[in-house]
Amino acid sequence: MSILLDKDTTFIVQGITGREAINLTRECLDYGSKIVGGVTPGRKGREVHGVPVFDTVAQAVANHGAAIDGSVVTVPPGFTKDAVIEAIANGIKLLVIVTERIPRGDVAEMVEFADMHGARIIGPNCLGLIVPGVCKMGGIGGPAKDAAKSYEPGVVGVMSRSGGMTTEISSSLTAAGLGVSTAVSIGGDAIIGSTYAELMPYFEADEQTRAIVIYTEPGGRMEAQLAEWKTENNSRLPIVAFMAGKFMDDEEMQGMSFGHAGTIVEGKEDSANEKIKRLEEAGIRVVERIDEIPDVVKKRIEG
Amino acid sequence: MSATESMDSVFIDVAIAEPAASDADLAKKLEEVCPVNIFRATDSGTEIVRGQLDECVLCELCVEAAPAGSVTIIKKYEQ
Amino acid sequence: MRFYEYEARKIVELAGIPVTKYGFCQTADEARKVAEDIGGPTVIKSQVLTGGRMKAGGVQFADTPEEAAEHAANILELEINGLKPVGVLVDPKAEIKQEYYAGVVWDGTAKKPLMLFSDMGGIDIEQVAEEHPDHVGRGHISNLLPVGDFEAKQVIAATGVTGSQLNRATPVLAKLARLFRDNDMLLAEINPLAELTDGSFVALDAHMEMEDEAVGRQKKLLRRELRIAEEDTRDSYEPSQFEKNVKAIDAADHRGVIQGKDHGFKGNLGLVIGAGGGSLTLTDAVRSQGGKPANYSEIGGNPSVAKACGLAKEVLQKDGVEKIAVMMSIVSNTRVDIVARGVIKACLDLDKDPAETIAIFRIPGAWEDEGSKILDHYGVEYCDRTVSLWDAAGRAVAKIQGFSA
Repeated sequence: MSILLDKDTTFIVQGITGREAINLTRECLDYGSKIVGGVTPGRKGREVHGVPVFDTVAQAVANHGAAIDGSVVTVPPGFTKDAVIEAIANGIKLLVIVTERIPRGDVAEMVEFADMHGARIIGPNCLGLIVPGVCKMGGIGGPAKDAAKSYEPGVVGVMSRSGGMTTEISSSLTAAGLGVSTAVSIGGDAIIGSTYAELMPYFEADEQTRAIVIYTEPGGRMEAQLAEWKTENNSRLPIVAFMAGKFMDDEEMQGMSFGHAGTIVEGKEDSANEKIKRLEEAGIRVVERIDEIPDVVKKRIEG
Repeated sequence: MSATESMDSVFIDVAIAEPAASDADLAKKLEEVCPVNIFRATDSGTEIVRGQLDECVLCELCVEAAPAGSVTIIKKYEQ
Repeated sequence: MRFYEYEARKIVELAGIPVTKYGFCQTADEARKVAEDIGGPTVIKSQVLTGGRMKAGGVQFADTPEEAAEHAANILELEINGLKPVGVLVDPKAEIKQEYYAGVVWDGTAKKPLMLFSDMGGIDIEQVAEEHPDHVGRGHISNLLPVGDFEAKQVIAATGVTGSQLNRATPVLAKLARLFRDNDMLLAEINPLAELTDGSFVALDAHMEMEDEAVGRQKKLLRRELRIAEEDTRDSYEPSQFEKNVKAIDAADHRGVIQGKDHGFKGNLGLVIGAGGGSLTLTDAVRSQGGKPANYSEIGGNPSVAKACGLAKEVLQKDGVEKIAVMMSIVSNTRVDIVARGVIKACLDLDKDPAETIAIFRIPGAWEDEGSKILDHYGVEYCDRTVSLWDAAGRAVAKIQGFSA
């Protein structure tokens, strides 16, 4: 089993004729995903790797002859909001937004609109999600034969603010024989469509998932939210966390912003060490190195 | 005459065989499909933009768009 | 993007919120003229992008235009936290009856802007929230629906404020909330929002921060109303030449993202690393194993060969850099072969031998087979995913320290 996606999920790619979209369309098709159309305004009639391109989402839906489940959105930041709202207005319920550098106000508007219409957004600034051996939405894992090396079906749900680290962590779980049930690159921005806590109920309801691994960084309240959720919901799933960016606690680094838009160090409460303490208090084990993760997960599942 | 031009590239080269290289219609198609602007359409056929060759993403949309066998991508690091 | 107080006042004024008859002055003479126009006691405030102005003597009171000019002359030369002011604000000294706080911030958990109001203004709002929680009103606003005045009214009423004060403060907070959304702010504060003895409400001090990603679409406000030049980015510290160069390379090409930072880094090992999470993890790993990074960097998305090459070249040309470590977490959409082309081209362009210069190349993932072919051709050792991030960092450190890996 899996969360959010399965072998029957249909989706479109918005912005399909762009450099990155051409790449990920090929990858998703090779991986077995059901891409039923693409949308780039003005390019109706073209084809990308055999996928028909339309001017509007409505045309793609009409062509498919039934509701389309999802969309992978790669449209540039100035136009993403419009594209996402168009998709939701045409019945699409699962949006994976790959685009980065979208103004925060636009992201917040998209998320609120999605909420109003029972749609779920993953991202923005993310690599998507993958159900190993079944399908994927987005560039996560790369081309099919590369994805196969990192992602074997298994029992661990993976969530990460960093696309690359989703695969790094999943690769270590696969190498250790634990495998991955579903891996989600949730995005690096300050406001995202789905936080750890918001995805937990899906994993909780998935029989195949027996543990959770998260990758996290200093900044934001998402980890505190997860710790609260775990405590309040008496979750059956052991959670293991890896935190990067501890060097930012150093004096000389204070006040700098590093990488992901959401990772800004502002005072002691948001420091890496404070966050680690809060997680451990909620029973979430925090490890020092990625290669320690599989052993800790095994013990937690068995113990 | 084939349109193999690349003294500026380090990694990738592209060759277009005749008569495809002089086909003005094909030139327009190649210019349109290449995501990194390696091909420029002219009235006398396809011109290869040397400075862009190293950006080739090996998508092979040019190979697909042209008559079979007329466009070849050369990886210099395999020679 | 940060704003000077005088700019924040202007932003607030443009949104229809009452402000004082202030003047922004860059000479003592200008200050005298403004003080004459005001015709009463004045406050002279340093315009500098740092706090602690009062303590440092950057805020002075004057009874006459002469005094105003004198204070202005002094403050214009006064460095606060290493910064010289860009000018001074000359404000009429207000007859204050009470000070309030009005602010709007992002609530990342609720994913909505949050309005804040307190009848205990003039001091640190976080302190008030902790010690006197019932004196702080809060309320979220929708991202989609227009801000209703009543939403601001509810927030203010929660602090116990009523009567004409409620009716005067309500439009101020509502307009602040609208300007927060319209101008892509991360923070919009008026502290204090003063009730004067004549009953009117004015913004006595304002603090604004705009999201950097939105600067491109706020040209009307930034360039026309505030006349802020495009090059004036107001970074929290002066970027180094390395950082500026990397930023320029990144901006010139929309394919992929590169970032470089070297503030606080002094070392001999150049880091050409990614992606975001990988960069943080690798920098931790290099330092924990005794390495001395010369910089931090991030490669993200799917950069062009030119962009990857540009970053590697900048790192290689930094003072003291002997070798570079090219390492990333397993990549899905960044192509190993494209990055390989980029870093090798950087070495070749600088007349360096890639095999000698690249201490390690550890990027597993998309197009890794193609990438390893390229690296093989140039004699650079390729590490795949069986080498962990920790071990890759360790090998790079060992290599540069002269031991065999």
